[in-house]
Amino acid sequence: MRGLPLRQLVDVYRAKFRAEIALQFAYRWALAIWLLGLLLQPIVYLVVWTTVARSQGGTVGGFSARDFAAYFTIFMVVNQLTFTWHYWEFEWRVRQGFFSPLLLRPIHPLHNDLAENVTFKLLTFTVVAPVAVLLLVTFNASLNPSPWQVLAFLPALVFAFALRFLLEWTLALAAFWLTRVTAINQAYYLAVVFLSGQMAPLELLPEAVQVIAAVLPFRWMVAFPVETVLGRLSPMEVAVGLAAQLIWIGLALGLLRFGWRAGVRRYSAVGA
Amino acid sequence: MLWLSFRLGALNAIQYRADFMVQLFQSLIGLGIALGGIAVVFSQTDQLGGWRQEELIALIGVFMLVGGLIAVVIRPSMEQLMEGVRLGTLDFTLTKPADAQVLVSVKRVEIWRLVEVVLGAALIVLAMVQLGERVSLERVAAFAVTMLAGVAIVYSFLLILSTLAFWLVRLENILVIFHSMYEAGRWPVGIYPPWLRATLTFVVPVAFAITVPVEALVGRLEPATLVGSLLLAVAFLIASRWFWRLGLRHYTGASA
Repeated sequence: MRGLPLRQLVDVYRAKFRAEIALQFAYRWALAIWLLGLLLQPIVYLVVWTTVARSQGGTVGGFSARDFAAYFTIFMVVNQLTFTWHYWEFEWRVRQGFFSPLLLRPIHPLHNDLAENVTFKLLTFTVVAPVAVLLLVTFNASLNPSPWQVLAFLPALVFAFALRFLLEWTLALAAFWLTRVTAINQAYYLAVVFLSGQMAPLELLPEAVQVIAAVLPFRWMVAFPVETVLGRLSPMEVAVGLAAQLIWIGLALGLLRFGWRAGVRRYSAVGA
Repeated sequence: MLWLSFRLGALNAIQYRADFMVQLFQSLIGLGIALGGIAVVFSQTDQLGGWRQEELIALIGVFMLVGGLIAVVIRPSMEQLMEGVRLGTLDFTLTKPADAQVLVSVKRVEIWRLVEVVLGAALIVLAMVQLGERVSLERVAAFAVTMLAGVAIVYSFLLILSTLAFWLVRLENILVIFHSMYEAGRWPVGIYPPWLRATLTFVVPVAFAITVPVEALVGRLEPATLVGSLLLAVAFLIASRWFWRLGLRHYTGASA
């Protein structure tokens, strides 16, 4: 499978955007309900940690109630922008033979998912952004990043998305070898909840867990951009973080190429 | 009738034994997330809104126990009901010589979800042993009563939601609303801001199914709450029954 010229690739993406937007509008109520669940989660953790902070005389590990409000709201936004769902679909794709038409197209199936993902994010962001502002205001969040922190946040966010997308797509390839990947996906999800900072800022976790989260890609997939814009990192730490993201992206790309080639060979062997 | 449904469900499920392992694994992961969350919180504090760690573990136990009960029979049956309304297969159920509400409520059983019920119960026992409190018979009775009332309230609530399918046919996702609100029940409702607490108590009545029974178990239940919980359960049961009848009349009208 050779790559298409860039111009054609752009056309493919545009067509996919239009189709995807129409699709999402057809399921707008499902989308609205899904968003409701998404928004409830930061509020729950926010309330739990605010309660803890209050009982500890105002702050926990350097986080005040207002810091928690900023952390969990920004985390929700970053998590919403970076998460992927494709690894939940792979089992079904492989088992039902849905990969066959995708493989016939002269374009890597990754592009299909990427276009789908980005469209979905753009669409839902129009709701997530105002809600985030509402949360920030309601809970009186303390969020005042300096200009360089905002500037660093943008690449950190884009890299986080790229890294998460590539890694989770690679994880999904497991479906070529195993018929039931639900258990793997669940275990991965567990790791994400703890190690990406969803449950609590990583600073509040035990030292050992923090090290694991930083050595593995989890911190760089979500927590890092959040910490950056919250102003909790020094310029040096931000630079190191961006480098770590790039290294992981490189590794993920390598893994993906290798896994995809081996996986597709296996798929055709089963299908034939 | 519930028993018959269980036997059928069990026979069905035993054909897919691998699903049991998947379910077990899934429940253990859920348990891991819940307990891990509590551990992280309590590494920074020794009480959360007046709740001790063991009490919160008992809360997770009830969360899983009640969630399991919903997942075993109520939720699958309600999904089946909504599908039945859409496809018209509800007719078969209605012609049977038994109360239709009972029939649809136990229509489908997902037996492997019992894993969650067992894990939840085990967790409650464990937490009580750790608390080292002598749990009097009185408290256990109050726990059982409030939990039954809570399950009745949740059941009625879900039945009302599902009955809406008689009017609004495309509604598959409405139960998801309950599911995401239920997640908030992992923590005592007392810690939430007033608007959310009120929502979780009266709009999506998660509080009565989880927080109140645990309060009964640890001996912190106000008698007024106990009475209120029972009254609400009765009111909900009556209201859902009435609404179900109303919906049913609408259904016959529509398909004729």
